[in-house]
Amino acid sequence: MISSLYKHVIHIHFRLHQRKRLILLWLLAAPLLIFLLLPLGALIVRIDWMQLGETVGSPGVTQALRISMVTTLIATTLAVLLGTPLAYVLARHQFRGRNLIDTLIDLPIVLPPAVAGIALLITFGRRGLVGAPLATLGITLSFTEIAVIMAQCFVAAPYFVKAATAGLSGVDRELEQAAALDGASGWQVFALITVPLAWPVLFSGVVMTWARALGEFGATIIFAGNLPGRTQTMPLAIYLGFERNLNQALTLAVILLVISFGVLALVKVGLKQRVGVKL
Amino acid sequence: MQRAIRTLAGVMLCVVFTGCSRAPEATVPATVGAGATLRGQITVFAASSLSDAFEALGTAFMAAHPEAVVTFNFANSAQLAAQINEGAPADVFASANATQMRVAVEGGRLNDNDQRLFIRNNLVVITPYDNPAKVMELAELAQPGLRLILADPVAPIGQHSLDFLDQASAQPAFGADFRERVLANVVSYEDSARIVLAKIVLGEGDAAIVFTTDAAAEAEKVQSIPIPDELNVFANYLIAPVADSRNLALAEAFVAFARTAEGQAILADHGFLPLE
Repeated sequence: MISSLYKHVIHIHFRLHQRKRLILLWLLAAPLLIFLLLPLGALIVRIDWMQLGETVGSPGVTQALRISMVTTLIATTLAVLLGTPLAYVLARHQFRGRNLIDTLIDLPIVLPPAVAGIALLITFGRRGLVGAPLATLGITLSFTEIAVIMAQCFVAAPYFVKAATAGLSGVDRELEQAAALDGASGWQVFALITVPLAWPVLFSGVVMTWARALGEFGATIIFAGNLPGRTQTMPLAIYLGFERNLNQALTLAVILLVISFGVLALVKVGLKQRVGVKL
Repeated sequence: MQRAIRTLAGVMLCVVFTGCSRAPEATVPATVGAGATLRGQITVFAASSLSDAFEALGTAFMAAHPEAVVTFNFANSAQLAAQINEGAPADVFASANATQMRVAVEGGRLNDNDQRLFIRNNLVVITPYDNPAKVMELAELAQPGLRLILADPVAPIGQHSLDFLDQASAQPAFGADFRERVLANVVSYEDSARIVLAKIVLGEGDAAIVFTTDAAAEAEKVQSIPIPDELNVFANYLIAPVADSRNLALAEAFVAFARTAEGQAILADHGFLPLE
């Protein structure tokens, strides 16, 4: 009897203590959360809702949206196709210079995007290292959709390579070996064992890469230029809109925000239902 | 008196909002009095086409006023006007056209009757030094397949370029569809004349339209094809102090300096057309 009461008191005491801890934790966590969300909220508060409908349907906006969606989709696909072998090498093989390569891959993430744009221009531009020989063949990359995709790939692919390297390193090698012993070919092991096991991490890498490509601005405007209907993506339209008509720029920004949020939310919900993955 | 109050209010705002460290110099209202030393710091928001000329102007101004510090923020005039209207800490605004000056005046931080014409500029067609598309005359801007770079019309130089094309289209020698055929060649609308210039220096475009002063800044790296006066567009550059400047006396002194014989000579050295 006494002991049960005692237990009860302890329990209440424990719960109070826990609640206090939780409140303290939230107090510590809130400043950053507010800092991150407040500017986004300010965007939404500031826009002219009457104008939203008009802006969404205007040809300039749909054009920029289409270009953004098509180029980021291609850039992300390329990052996955070309990034997976690179990540596989980095995850599975120890060799001299591995750490160096690993660090070098981080550079495009760290570089200011304008630097990335200039670097791409002096490499693939008409007088660039690779661009000059291409130009003699009649191929020019700058100011084209391909340049937009290259700029996005350059700044965003490292995110996928980093994630995929971590994901592939985390796969239990014994499971792969067991499948191989049962007669699975190298490709079958990779496609049926390795990728499914690394999938959650690979997928979060894909999402990060796409998100970074969608927001890409600096490298694009320098390497691909700005031509509505060809190379003007949403971030470029927003930047130039900021000078032309602040309200319209804000509306564009909110549209991009809503689309990004929608895609990320859909992906997360969809993924959770299927494999119970937390991103 | 009103000015001193304004200066003081500016300083207080500055302290309250930014905790700025240069408050002591800025509080000296004596800068208003005749013959007093001008001191403190101002930030001049200037059109990017002014960058080289204003760096030189600033150096000369600081030589004349050893206790003053002038820093610059160069961007296209539309961007600067937007920044000023959003409350950016500007003390002087130098715009490459009247439109953006008006935008800033309408924003409420600049007085309409404070703006002064201080220099003029005009346009020129440039090509990379090796002129890959062999552009020799203006009419060839319409030649199909030419990679033409223009500034976005949001920047004054971009609007001036369109005005030039309109004027040329009115001439039988070019044809009424000249503007349309030229614009079909545009591969990119850049943010400012300086970026247009950089891309021509890099050889990315075959031709571009920039200010004469931009071409002068990279004279050995680009070829210029002059535009005759009757087709050319003359850009009037306007300058004004920002009325809520923390150091209005210094801002006004800088504005005045740009219009002195010394200031005009420095600007003319950089290819600008002085006021008579």
